[in-house]
Parts: sequence; C-alpha cells; structure tokens
Amino acid sequence: MTVMSAPMTFAVPSLCSPHAVSSGTPTDHAGAAACCLLEIDRVSLRFGGIKALNDVSFDIRSGEIRAIIGPNGAGKTSMLNCINGFYRPSSGHIVFEGVRRTHTRPSIAARGGIARTFQNVALFKGMTVLDNIMTGRALKIRSGILKQLIRFGPALSEEIEHRRKVEEIIEFLEIQAIRKTPVGKLPYGLQKRVELGRALAMEPRLLLLDEPMAGMNLEEKEDMSRFIVEVNRTYRTTITLIEHDIGVVMNLSDRIVVLDHGCKIADGTPAEIKSNQQVIEAYLGVGG
Amino acid sequence: MLGIDPTKIAFFAEVLVSGLLSGVLYALVALGFVLIFKASGVFNFAQGAMVLVAGLALVRAFGWLEASMPFWLALPLAIIFAGAVMTGIAWAVERFVLRKLVNQTALTLFMATIGISFVLEGLGQQIFGAQVYKLDLGLPRDNLFALESLFDGGILLNKLDLWSAVLAAVLVAALVIFFQKTRMGRALRAVADDHSAAQSVGIPLTRVWFVVWTVAGLVAIAAASIWGSKVGVQFSLVFVSLKALPVIILGGLTSIPGAIVGGLLIGAGEKLAEVYLGPSVGGGIEQWFAYVVALVVLLVRPQGLFGDRIIERI
Repeated sequence: MTVMSAPMTFAVPSLCSPHAVSSGTPTDHAGAAACCLLEIDRVSLRFGGIKALNDVSFDIRSGEIRAIIGPNGAGKTSMLNCINGFYRPSSGHIVFEGVRRTHTRPSIAARGGIARTFQNVALFKGMTVLDNIMTGRALKIRSGILKQLIRFGPALSEEIEHRRKVEEIIEFLEIQAIRKTPVGKLPYGLQKRVELGRALAMEPRLLLLDEPMAGMNLEEKEDMSRFIVEVNRTYRTTITLIEHDIGVVMNLSDRIVVLDHGCKIADGTPAEIKSNQQVIEAYLGVGG
Repeated sequence: MLGIDPTKIAFFAEVLVSGLLSGVLYALVALGFVLIFKASGVFNFAQGAMVLVAGLALVRAFGWLEASMPFWLALPLAIIFAGAVMTGIAWAVERFVLRKLVNQTALTLFMATIGISFVLEGLGQQIFGAQVYKLDLGLPRDNLFALESLFDGGILLNKLDLWSAVLAAVLVAALVIFFQKTRMGRALRAVADDHSAAQSVGIPLTRVWFVVWTVAGLVAIAAASIWGSKVGVQFSLVFVSLKALPVIILGGLTSIPGAIVGGLLIGAGEKLAEVYLGPSVGGGIEQWFAYVVALVVLLVRPQGLFGDRIIERI
C-alpha cells in the first residue's frame, strides 16, 4: 500500500493530548495574525459528560477554502456553531481578524462578517426567494424605520441599492426564474442554493458551509461546487465547509482539517490528508 | 326585492352589521395572538392576561390623573402610562423568559406563556386592584340610525362599535405596512420561520422579541380600551381571549388579514345564527357557535382561510 510509506508528520496522538500542535501552520500568536482570518485556539466543548470538541486548534487563512471533515459525530457542526456563536466553548479561544474571544453571539458574529448555511436547510419558508436573500442585507440597511415606511430620499435609494446587490446574487446563482417563488415550494437542491444566496448577500468575509451538497444528485453537486469555487475566486471570500463527499472535498479545498470524536487527528493539504494513516483508520474503522 | 318585506331586510342588515362590529372586537384580540405567533412561532397564551393588565393600567392611571388635570391631558398621559407598562412587560418577558429559551421547541415556549399569563394576572391585580372599574374614554355611546332613506326606521347602530371598527382598521393598516415594508418587519417574519437562520444573518433575536411583545402589548391596550368601555375593566377580560381562539383558527394563525376576516365572520355568523337558527333549537347558539365553526375549519382546512400551509418533510 502506498499510504504506508507516506510521511506521518500530520498525525497527532489519538489521545488528544492537550498540547497537540497543529503542524504545517504557524500557530504562535505573535506571527500568525497577519495571514490568519480566523484562529481556533485549543477550543473544547462539553455537553454534560460528553466532549463534543477536545482541545481543537487550527486556523483559517484569508482567501482559502478550508474543509472540515470527519466521521459522523466528530464535532464538525459543533465547531461551526462555536465559530458563529451558537455554542459557547467550554474553554479555549477563537481569534477572528485579530480579536480574541472565548465566545461570541450569532448576531455579533454576523456583524463581524461571518455568514453560514445549515446542514438541514434553514430558510424562511413563508417568504419568496427574493425576500429570503434580502434578509441577508438586514445588517446593511441603515435608514430608520420611518424613512423606510415612507420610502423617501436616502431610504429609497438605499433600498434600490440593496435590491441591485440581491439581483446580482440571484443572477450569479442562476435562480432568476424562481425569484418570486416561496422557498417552501422549491426542490431541495434549489433551496440549498437560495440559502447560499442569503449568506452571500451578507457579503461575508468568512463563509461557513455546513454540508452544502448533502442530499444532492451529481449534477446539483457539480453546480454547487462551481458556485463555491466562483464565490471564492470572484468575491475573494474565505470559505470553510463541512462535506462528506471526499471526492468533492479533495477537489475543492486548499487545506483540510480532520476531526474524529472531537479531536483533531490531521491537518494539511488534500494530498497529505489522503495519505494520512490515522485518517484512513478513522474512516475505515481499522485498528484503534 | 319583490315579495320580501323591507323591514325584514332592514332587520337582517341590523343583525349583520351589529355582528360584524362585535367581530371587530374579536379581531382586535386575535391580532395580538397572530402578531406574536408570526414573529416567534409561539402561541401566546398570555394575550388575554396582557389585555387585562393593559386595561387595569389604563383605567387606574386615567382615574388618578383625571382628578388633577383636564380630560384632554389625562387621556393621552394615561395611554402613555399603559404603553410604558406594556413595554416593561415585553422587556421582562424577553429578558427573563424568552432569552433562556432560544431554539427550544414551540411547545416549551407555549408552556412558558401559560406561566407568564398567571404571573401577569396575579401581579396586575395585586398592583392595580381587582375590582370592576368603569372606563369612560369619552367615546360616544349613544345609538344612531343609518340608511333611514332606504329602510323605514333605518338600521340601529352603536357609535362605540363604529369607533372601535375605525380604530381596528387603522391598527391593521399600520401593522400590515410595518410587516411588509420595513426591515424590522422582514426580520420579524424571518425569526418566525427559523430562529437559527435568522440569527445567522445577524438578526438579533432578543431585540426582535422585545419589539414584537411590545407591539402585541400596544394592541392589547387598544383591545382593552374598547372592551373596557363596553363591559368595564375586570378579570373577565382574560376570557375575551377565548373568543379569539376560533377567530384565529378560522382566519389562520399566521395572517393579519385573516384575523380581521375571521373576526368579522365569527361575529356576524354567531349573531345571525342566534337570530335565525336559534329559535328552532331553543336558542343560546351564540355561546358555542364560534367553537363549532372552528372545529369544522380544523377538520376541513386546518391552516385556516389565510394561514400558511405547512408541510413537514419526514
């Protein structure tokens, strides 16, 4: 087996010792700030006796596509929930754009430029596609409530500006035909696309995608991959995604972090991950 | 109109109109339910208690202020006071109850509102007194006769009912515009659909809840001032909310226009049923007619006339 000869530099003891260092990337705090958009610093998350995350550290560099993979229950979604403030880490820090926090709140994370999509589509089902994406602009609307009501002067031009931006996203995602359709009536694949659109409308600096291709057929997956790459290239948006389709992950991402049972077991480029013995064991359940 | 006695038509019209006008009052209470349900997905059991507290705050402040200042000054001040009380309640509910229950199931939140209703009923009567208070806001109460040229003797109408209809119309128009045309309105609808998703686009859940409970509190003041003028401010205002249940089932739990149309249909329906069907079954239909309508609606069209049809994928 070729994998056996691979260098083991990315293997970290499976006991998750507290000082497990993520190799390959600089994690000393003085120098890291320049290149890192986000740094996870020894984050742990406990629910009662269960350790969902155990001393996990990694970083996300500006402009990259970073994947988080791992078997079911590895703590991937918990990680995203910590980053955007749904969960509060039991210990550890999250450094976003140089600001160090133990925890954050979703609305503050959103204001800071972190957008996300959800594993099970979380759209506003009663609203149209257009209105759904428009909610992504919620933080950007500046004029007061009275001015919005009478649609006067700056409020009107502001509304037009936001609409223009939203139409741009609709065009980008190729969903012009359904812009007035209530999202509850759309097929699953399109709903996922609308959800991406809503996140894009926030013009995020960090986009978190939780299984953007789950439940999709091949064609839909290809479309979604194309959009993700294009978002990354044209808007220079940093993307962190969770995905189970290993083929897709290997093709899309610049770097991959692998979690298993709440611990980080590997971190590196797709090629490095592919040949990592511990990753293979975690996925195939070999040995222990 | 050949062959039909014009006085019978006039009588029918009178029953219909008085039913529609009392339906407006049901709609006012139903509106409070719909608002909170739309914006948080919570069926707010405490709406009746909020009407009671709003009425008590209004009538006590008004009575106290009127003793020392002219009517035209005392009334707005009393309304402002009641508004402040309802805003305080909204703040407390958000701060001490809802904030702890983010992302909990609708049933949990519903149970919490039952608790809120007991606290409000108790505290409200503790602070403002538990007697029956007469509320006179200077609205005309006399009757007038409309369409006298068309019918002999005209149609008997109550001016108080007419005023409440006007008030309800203004409220509804304002609310619809608020929901459809403003950022906060969009945020409210977003929160109703999905808490986490709303948070992820930066909508502060806590502020949205505060706003919507405040708005529901203000609607409760409107309902309390009309109902209070009619029957006095007393504990039974809590049960007014029971009449709103069939209204929202008929109109749809998520629709503001539905609350209005539902209110009108129930109001008119129960009056007409009482007058025309009542005698043949021994009368007393008015008390339960609305609930039978609600039951039929639940069987035939569970989402109501205007409600969103929710299909859960499993």
